[in-house]
Amino acid sequence: MSPTLAVQTSPFVDYVGIAPYLLLVVGMIVVLMVLPLLLAKTTRHRVKDEAYECGLPPQGTAKQRFSVHFYMVAVLFILFDIEAVFLFPWATSVQELGPIGFSGAVVFVAVLGLGLAYAWRKRVLDWN
Amino acid sequence: MSPDIAYFAATLAKIVAIFLLSVHVVPIMVILERRISAWVQFRIGPNRVGPLGLFQPLADLVKFLGKEDFVPAQANKVLFWAAPALTCLPPFLVMTLIPFAPPFEVMGRELPAVIVDSSIGIILALALSSLTVYGIAIGGWSSNSKYSLLGGLRSSAQMISYELALGLSVLAVICVSGTLNLSDMITRQTAFFGFDDATGNWAGWNIFSQPVAFLVFLVASYAETNRLPFDLPEAESELVGGYHTEYSATKFSLFFMGEYIGMLGMACLIVILFLGGWHLPGVAALDLSPNVFALVGLLVFMAKVGFFLLLFIQVRWTLPRFRYDQLMQVGWKVLLPIALANILVTGFVVAWS
Repeated sequence: MSPTLAVQTSPFVDYVGIAPYLLLVVGMIVVLMVLPLLLAKTTRHRVKDEAYECGLPPQGTAKQRFSVHFYMVAVLFILFDIEAVFLFPWATSVQELGPIGFSGAVVFVAVLGLGLAYAWRKRVLDWN
Repeated sequence: MSPDIAYFAATLAKIVAIFLLSVHVVPIMVILERRISAWVQFRIGPNRVGPLGLFQPLADLVKFLGKEDFVPAQANKVLFWAAPALTCLPPFLVMTLIPFAPPFEVMGRELPAVIVDSSIGIILALALSSLTVYGIAIGGWSSNSKYSLLGGLRSSAQMISYELALGLSVLAVICVSGTLNLSDMITRQTAFFGFDDATGNWAGWNIFSQPVAFLVFLVASYAETNRLPFDLPEAESELVGGYHTEYSATKFSLFFMGEYIGMLGMACLIVILFLGGWHLPGVAALDLSPNVFALVGLLVFMAKVGFFLLLFIQVRWTLPRFRYDQLMQVGWKVLLPIALANILVTGFVVAWS
């Protein structure tokens, strides 16, 4: 391992390999998306260009308001995802931190558990 | 040829190989899925193109390329074009983090069988795989079709809900292995079942020390990749086609490419986190040379991944689809509390040992 360690002057050296890979993937996606434009015939018509709505003329726009439930799920997700991110450093070092570190994590999870119980009680998690 | 150039060439070859491997899983999975579904349903399935219908995916690709590229008049053109690429790209990037085999030996130097051996590999893998939700939400919204919008909304809500269970179940595994690096995680599962003699830590496969986390991760990975029984975003019987209703030609196929690569990534993560990666009981005792050992490890790893990919297909054709309210309740009221409790129990045991 020593030869590779000597080269690692910047933390980004580890991630250089992603560049040629990205080039391959993006190239494949671009080629795949452009080829039908060259190979296939395109015809346009006012009715054909409408969005699909069971074969009937579309009623109004689709960019309308939708259920507030989706927003609440998104907000809850942000809370719990940040919780998970904060717990990652604890989880990596729980073997060294021992009981004291664990009690801190318990308090942290308990507060969020209360939040989940509150959301549960307020029927945010029910879809009717 | 100087050793440095040879090593550089080997690294490039490795990157191309991993790219080709990821790409070729898609047609293999498509033909397997269609033949197995036919077998499950007492049909014959596609068997006309090539021997046993093996060239069917190739014919599908030709057909995709020859299809008209349709864009609805009311659609937001830029986002409509960006969405398939945004859905397809993140699962491919996850594959750069997967260590497929033990390090190879090229010119006396170690060549790790992974493109990016990141010290925060598992966080990066979860973060990248969750980026898929952007492509799906944008695709659903920009089509300006009501079915697409509903499919995109449902899909994004489902994916973020199950991502929590996914991330939290991984936390318990990290408590046991004490590292975020995916290669290190595998090397800490050398024994099949048992503890490390020197440190007293668990050194067996994590499926035995973390069975609950394994089940939560498995269920959540099906929801993350939008597979049955959680394929609500597509729900053909309710939403026509879900978020890709308005898509045609290769843009449509890119969504599915992303889905299949996502399944590959999830299967790889399951194998790394819970099933000891390339380890197989008895192989280490054979005392093979490094390159042969790496090759055997590669085969073992791919066999385990193949098992989980087949399980994806088998589950799809066995279980019916959830109702949407049931789906969200399973995610928030069952998997999330179980994952949280599992972290606390695991943390308790690890902290006091």
